[in-house]
Amino acid sequence: MAKTAREVKDGGLLLDVRDLKIEATIYPPGEDPRQVTIVDGVSLQLKRGKVLGLIGESGAGKSTIGLASMGYGRGGVRITGGEVIVNGRDILKGGIAGLRKLRGREVCYVAQSAAAAFNPAHQLMDQVVEAAVRHGTLTRAEAAKRAVELFKKLGLPNPETIGKRYPHQVSGGQLQRVMTAMALCSDPDLIVFDEPTTALDVTTQIDVLAAIKDAIRDFGVAALYITHDLAVVAQVSDEIMVLRHGKMVEHGETEQIIHHPRQDYTKALVSVRSIVHEEKKPSPEPLLKVDSITAAYGGTAGVKVLKNVSVELHPGQTLAVVGESGSGKSTLARVITGLLPPIEGSVRFAGRTLSRALAQRTKDDLRELQMIYQMADVAMNPRQTVATIIGRPLEFYFGMRGAERDRRVVELLDEIEMGAKFLDRYPAELSGGQKQRVCIARALAAKPKLIICDEVTSALDPLVADGILKLLLNLQKIENVAYLFITHDLATVKAIADSIAVMYRGEVVRYGSKSTVLAPPFDAYTDLLLSSVPAMEIGWLENAIKGRRMQSAGN
Amino acid sequence: MLKLSRIPASAAIGIILTAAFVFAAVFAPWIAPYGEGQIVGSLWQPSSAAHWLGTDNLGRDLLSRMIYGARTTLLIAALATALSFSMGSILGFTAAVVGGWIDQVMSRLVDLLMSIPTLIFALVVLSVLPANTLTLILVMGVLDSTRVYRLARAVAVDINVMDFVEAAKLRGEGRGWIIFREILPNALSPLVAELGLRFIFAVLFLSALSFLGLGVQPPEADWGGMVKENKEGIVFGIPAALIPAAAIALLAISVNLVADWILNRTTDLKGGRGNG
Repeated sequence: MAKTAREVKDGGLLLDVRDLKIEATIYPPGEDPRQVTIVDGVSLQLKRGKVLGLIGESGAGKSTIGLASMGYGRGGVRITGGEVIVNGRDILKGGIAGLRKLRGREVCYVAQSAAAAFNPAHQLMDQVVEAAVRHGTLTRAEAAKRAVELFKKLGLPNPETIGKRYPHQVSGGQLQRVMTAMALCSDPDLIVFDEPTTALDVTTQIDVLAAIKDAIRDFGVAALYITHDLAVVAQVSDEIMVLRHGKMVEHGETEQIIHHPRQDYTKALVSVRSIVHEEKKPSPEPLLKVDSITAAYGGTAGVKVLKNVSVELHPGQTLAVVGESGSGKSTLARVITGLLPPIEGSVRFAGRTLSRALAQRTKDDLRELQMIYQMADVAMNPRQTVATIIGRPLEFYFGMRGAERDRRVVELLDEIEMGAKFLDRYPAELSGGQKQRVCIARALAAKPKLIICDEVTSALDPLVADGILKLLLNLQKIENVAYLFITHDLATVKAIADSIAVMYRGEVVRYGSKSTVLAPPFDAYTDLLLSSVPAMEIGWLENAIKGRRMQSAGN
Repeated sequence: MLKLSRIPASAAIGIILTAAFVFAAVFAPWIAPYGEGQIVGSLWQPSSAAHWLGTDNLGRDLLSRMIYGARTTLLIAALATALSFSMGSILGFTAAVVGGWIDQVMSRLVDLLMSIPTLIFALVVLSVLPANTLTLILVMGVLDSTRVYRLARAVAVDINVMDFVEAAKLRGEGRGWIIFREILPNALSPLVAELGLRFIFAVLFLSALSFLGLGVQPPEADWGGMVKENKEGIVFGIPAALIPAAAIALLAISVNLVADWILNRTTDLKGGRGNG
């Protein structure tokens, strides 16, 4: 049996990547096509049954290295140098036949977005057993039996029947566990986990993380665990490799990387989210007063997504609205902006009651209440330059034209630490962090009293997100603008909030100043939320699972 | 910026041929060797030094007729396409942005128009209305605009739900800005692809109408009409009818080569710069 063979060879070298070089050809606008090096001279070794965490920001080459271990280059990416030795064979020399024997048999892959990776037209069981059946290691019946065992092991509900469902019939967290079962089903030697929990809610992430960790340990499989979240990787890995711009920055035992990082970049990653923010006292007169709002999609008879929600926000302060997806926090923003007129309740803003619907609001109402979106790249018109994007509110609200407007645009660009050289760039020519900065400048251009920030840092790398948060805090000091900050990330909340509203299924379950909300005694949901945020310490996962009082909504 | 050496071969061929057709159309009276209706010899003469493409069924110089024909055909087709695109896209965008009953009324009207076969509809309308170039352009433009409306509306419905359009609405922008500055630039790629195709359909449609006797009236030359005038010659092995037919095909190919190239330059997320 494969199992005994593995035990005999236990402790031996499974994956040996030597001096890997990966390149791609890019076609920049207005220039000749050129070669870029995505991964440059990276070497790594992985013993049987061990877990190596690959960590780095976007563009660090971590996914590319993960895929290279199965001999695959995504979309025009070519492996141009080095050796990838799996089980003693150089897989790059084996040709396509050798790769087919390897993939799904010796090396399996768990993708970031399980929803996009599963074929929506087939039942889960068919997809889970496919690799094992195709490789002839198990018959269909044996594979199905093993799959059910794996479903049980991974804590999926109704393990006997869940295989009969289609991908859209299970939740995101469950789907990610089904995908882990799929990878384990053909009993591989190595599994590549490519950001398996990044797209999940924080309360679901912890369950999936625990399931993956147990499965890795119990089946003795080795794993490459790719993520940009150092706190997550610290929970599952034996060793960590930090990557940046396709090169290795630091490699060591998990304990050493977390507690004694040697390189500056690693130190920055470890100390991320350590912004200190002094809580401000509430002012006598709130800027925004949301008074017992009830709202529903699909008319008054529709599903109520907000139930009797009341919060207050004071001038120049930050109210953080926290909750997992489906808790109604984005709907609250839609009600305040007027995009979704509420069924009951009122919104008072700067001493006046706002009209329910957007169409009836005055230009000043609109100007003083700006919004920043989660996905900066779709929040800007891809066919407008930065100058137009930031200049338009100036034109629209203040009637600025020509040189006067351009001067103000440059001022705003300086305020967001970017500068005049970005004036004629298109959004596609900016990095993720720069895009979000331009969106901030567009909101600031209107000289607002309140900016609604809808998950503005969730799509960004930790270090970039840190920069954005620091910028927002700094701008709050200069412009005295208030933020309504919607997020599911409690670390962010701790960094910037003055008061906090915790939302769960359309209701505010806990509300008050930051110090009171974050101090015990906690209600069950706040406790779950707080205990689910990965801490930068080894062994956090086990303690968190043990200490939990309630299950996350995904289960 | 655009460099000549960057234009791919297929696009270069398309541009050169299209330019040649346009040149012939614009300068027809100066480059045509003979007049449009001038009878210069006996009928259906083979090509010779005096008449490069020979003569037609009435003994007119075929090359001159082709050049004048390009003028009529291209002018009518271009104006009809311009009309159908401006009407179809503006109405389509409006329907998508405004929504509600306005969208319903306009869309059902368009459905009604599309449910009648275009050619039959055009034949009926043209036989009632006075036969002149303006009527022809209007009828072709309106009928074609229903197709453009459908496409423009479908594209705009997708763009209308993007965050940047929501941001513009939150800013308080009017519908004019949303339609022309937020949606139009992002809908251009599919519309340009459709433009090449629609222009050719207009040429074919005009040719079909002329062939049936309801398009351009003789003695004015147009390619569809010329196919009709010379079709009897085919029986006697005379290729005079094939030459305007070939011109229609060549124009179709070259215009679409250009449209493909423009499409390639504009479709991607690199803002307005394209991938060259």
